[in-house]
Amino acid sequence: MSGLGAAFSDAFALLAGFDHQVAEIVTLSLEVSGLAVLLGTLIGLPLGACLGVGRFPGRQLLVVMLNGCMGLPSVVVGVVVYLALSRSGPLGYLGLLYSPTAMVIAQTVLVVPLMAAIARQVVEDAWREYEEELTAMGFRWAGRVRVLLYDCRHSLLVALLAGLGRAMSEVGAVMIVGGNIDRSTRTMTTAIALETSKGDLPLAVALGMVLLAVILLLNGVAYALRQWAMRRYA
Amino acid sequence: MAHGFLKLLKSVVLGLAALASTAQAGESIVLASTTSTEQSGLFNFILPIFEKDSGIAVKVVALGTGQALDVGRRGDADVLLVHDRAAEDKFVAEGYGVDRRDVMYNDFVLVGPAADAAGVKGAKDAVDAFGRIARKGASWVSRGDRSGTHAAELRFWQSAGVEPKGQGWYKEAGAGMGPTLNMAAGMGAYTLADRGTWASFKNRQDLAILCAGDPKLYNPYGVMLVNPARHPHVKRAAGERFINWITSAEGRRAISAYRIGNEQLFYPLPVAR
Repeated sequence: MSGLGAAFSDAFALLAGFDHQVAEIVTLSLEVSGLAVLLGTLIGLPLGACLGVGRFPGRQLLVVMLNGCMGLPSVVVGVVVYLALSRSGPLGYLGLLYSPTAMVIAQTVLVVPLMAAIARQVVEDAWREYEEELTAMGFRWAGRVRVLLYDCRHSLLVALLAGLGRAMSEVGAVMIVGGNIDRSTRTMTTAIALETSKGDLPLAVALGMVLLAVILLLNGVAYALRQWAMRRYA
Repeated sequence: MAHGFLKLLKSVVLGLAALASTAQAGESIVLASTTSTEQSGLFNFILPIFEKDSGIAVKVVALGTGQALDVGRRGDADVLLVHDRAAEDKFVAEGYGVDRRDVMYNDFVLVGPAADAAGVKGAKDAVDAFGRIARKGASWVSRGDRSGTHAAELRFWQSAGVEPKGQGWYKEAGAGMGPTLNMAAGMGAYTLADRGTWASFKNRQDLAILCAGDPKLYNPYGVMLVNPARHPHVKRAAGERFINWITSAEGRRAISAYRIGNEQLFYPLPVAR
């Protein structure tokens, strides 16, 4: 119990004192995960929508695989991206390993299947509802995807939030491809892992609370934005 | 819609560019090293001195010695600072590293529960202590991660004539020193730790040093450059500057000056022995 008590007071001190190092780490986490989710939006949502609307052989297999990839272990993604970006790997000439860019790449690989799978479900449900109208209006395949993505934009917010939550909370991938380098690639989660291995459990929990606070804040903002947008455009 | 897509794409490109530029401000080298040197706080203390002096930022990736050597083999680091002399010599002999030098040393400590069921407290001979733990079948947590400390532990078992693998009391954590200590503390088990990590470790619970001071517990660290002939992108000049500095009088002064409480954790080695 004393450990948890210390954790609470540490977390409060970290937040209230606006610790400079913690602020830097939070900023990097937000940048890396934010970019990964942006890329996930650009790749995953259209991909999911295509799968939701399209009817082609092998589609069901793809859907199952996509859903399965939601459970992709982040360590596996980390190792694969590490091997690709390593100087001895196919993309080694880029010199990206142990950089924030490498972490964005790994997290993008991690969130694309998750965001695509959610988008697939959302768009497929909407497609069932509007199939007749859209077909009657003469929309072809690409047009359907575009219209449905736009119409479902409020519901698709949940795909973004899920992607952001997954990216910000994972530790396996960024630890391996980023290297947890002080003032360079240290994120909230790798900092937590580091403090845990130093045996400073209260500080680790305190950092965890800061991370949770940041994610809650982002979710709050997203919720408020959605309410505002729905009132305005509904 | 298309407009929004382009705007998103633009922000991604700008964001990546911003990230890349912050990462590349000034010259830097990647130093693959051990968790003990990073977590003990040594690097946080000595690297700013080097960075101020040279303008070269040192990016430390802290791994077990075995992993750090692998990273060097793949060419993903410029300089290595590790502690497993046999593996280091092999690394250099295979042509992966050049210019290996002694840097500093400290010692391993045998830690265990204060109750000390195996009765090793105050043992003068570490090999004897290992033997007693095995005979008693007292719980032991091994790093099991091919780190320098793991290699040292295996040498002690061998000297004691014990084959611990597969025994019920012998648990391989496959983890860094800190997590292994967390496990040992939680289970009331014995383990071998490097003094640096032990001194900075906070979750000791019931653990205490039971055996230390045997010369066999000597723990030397070496530094080397990843061979630029094998990996042409290695930052040779900056890497050599770091190696020269850490083995110089100034670097040795910085190493000696680092303390936790009143305890000096690392002792610089003379350049020529």
